[in-house]
Amino acid sequence: MPVIELSDVSRAFTVTSRAGLRRTKREVRAVDGMSFTVEPGEVMGYIGPNGAGKSTTIKMLTGILVPSGGSIRVAGVDPSRHRLKLAKRIGVVFGQRTTLWWDLPLKDSFAVLQKMYGVPMARHRENLATFVELLDLGDLLDVPVRQLSLGQRMRGDIAAALLHDPEIVYLDEPTIGLDVISKARLREFLAEINAARRTTIILTTHDLDDIEALCTRVMVIDHGHQIFDGTLDGLKSSQSAPRTLVVDLATSLPPIVVEGATVTKVDGPRQHLSFPPTTSAAPLLAQIAANYPLVDLSVAEPTIESVITQLYAPTPS
Amino acid sequence: MVEPILRAPSQYWMLIMMWVRSSMAYPASFVLMLFSSMVLTVMDFVAIVLMFSHISSFGGFSLAEMALLYATASITLGIADLFTGSIERVGERIRTGTFDAYLIRPVPAFLQTAADGFALRRIGRPLQALVVMVFAFSRLDVDWTVARGIMLVVSIAAGTVIFGAIFVLGAAFQFVSVDSAELANSFTYGGQTLTQYPLAVFGKEIVRAVTFVVPLAFVNYYPVLYLLGKPAPLGLPSWIGLLSPLVAVVMVALASLAWRGGLRRYRSTGS
Repeated sequence: MPVIELSDVSRAFTVTSRAGLRRTKREVRAVDGMSFTVEPGEVMGYIGPNGAGKSTTIKMLTGILVPSGGSIRVAGVDPSRHRLKLAKRIGVVFGQRTTLWWDLPLKDSFAVLQKMYGVPMARHRENLATFVELLDLGDLLDVPVRQLSLGQRMRGDIAAALLHDPEIVYLDEPTIGLDVISKARLREFLAEINAARRTTIILTTHDLDDIEALCTRVMVIDHGHQIFDGTLDGLKSSQSAPRTLVVDLATSLPPIVVEGATVTKVDGPRQHLSFPPTTSAAPLLAQIAANYPLVDLSVAEPTIESVITQLYAPTPS
Repeated sequence: MVEPILRAPSQYWMLIMMWVRSSMAYPASFVLMLFSSMVLTVMDFVAIVLMFSHISSFGGFSLAEMALLYATASITLGIADLFTGSIERVGERIRTGTFDAYLIRPVPAFLQTAADGFALRRIGRPLQALVVMVFAFSRLDVDWTVARGIMLVVSIAAGTVIFGAIFVLGAAFQFVSVDSAELANSFTYGGQTLTQYPLAVFGKEIVRAVTFVVPLAFVNYYPVLYLLGKPAPLGLPSWIGLLSPLVAVVMVALASLAWRGGLRRYRSTGS
């Protein structure tokens, strides 16, 4: 029984642009005919370039925005019609801005949330203790939110979004602007929450390491359309991003000639060769070893960045 | 429909107590702010007293009667400002995108916006006005009956609600025009300044406007005229002073429609 169901969901915005005295209205489809389902406990990475429609989708799933077409069901209800009811069952983190009270110490924000969501006191204490430990919030509880650093605030925001034991958590760019250690800690925490509570997590990000570390499923969208839905490995192999063979020769040579691969870069005795992912590296090696003075070699797999870049690049329209 | 309304007072109370607690973290600062709020707002009345050192009657009102007008204008606006004044910050929240944070909470956005940054020090205005009202009644010869007492209390409540509704209408308009907070202020804080004087001195056009367009005259002017046994302007019947609660109900209905409309617009434009 899926916890999130979208069928043919669209969201159009009217954009008014002004040229001189003339005002022209134009309809932009931020999300266009999106359909997918998410099962309980899934961790889905939702990625796409800026303006692809990620935040719009998240806002429709929380009920903030009303879709202009199609139907959405989250935890069995229509989010925009039952926004207040659904609010108790979801947690939301907007990476760019806090949902906490700017002037209040973190612990006061937490206390208000406990009352707002009607979390039983015992459960609240238990959750708070867990999050304070896992997110290392102990020293921050008395600090007003406005005085927290970005990473500290993000930890506070994430704890706040989880205090009422939501079934679904939306994280809109939770690691944006964080340093490497904070990112790693956050991912670890989310993985732990997902494992321990079977919380469904939808994560939008520009950081592909987030996806690599957390997500069992990736959805790529662009121009409001879904362009990939599957596992991370599936995403990597679905694309024809070339692999790279780096060979170190005994001496500097002009670009070597190898059947099935092309030299992309010559750097003294080191040469970079590009070959399609469908080709095996072994026969290429045999060829090179037979014809050239080969000293050392390495094979570089396509990075997820290059895979994604390839996905975004051709937009059939 | 009914259940959210029943829950609203306790939810609102919970939200404002959070702000009260945080302002009480610095008690000395709170007392100072409260005191300065009282001093600042009482200045309007000091100006009236000074005026009466040169004249003995203004628009047919004695000093004590003016004090009653001032007190009722200031109490009604003061209480409305205390409980709903913060709602004018909605425009800023929309602009910065933090309004979304209210829409993901299981409490109506209206309550969260109205309670946003609740400042108990604003109670300074109605407090000083209460003192002025005691002064007014000590010098006025009102023939007190239970009915008159009830009428006074109900009128003040209605006046408060009318001002509150204007605050909400102004906030609702900010969903359409984000920078329009000042427009609403001219009707609320400006309205208070207006209603502390006998409205008839401003001329018929103004009286018509504050009777039929923005019903500020019902906040305190008509009820006070009725209480003091003075005739209503424009040839209106004197019992018009009893209609304030009705006007308040109409204003609440309008404000509620406007707020809902604004919210619907926000949620379907997502700006």
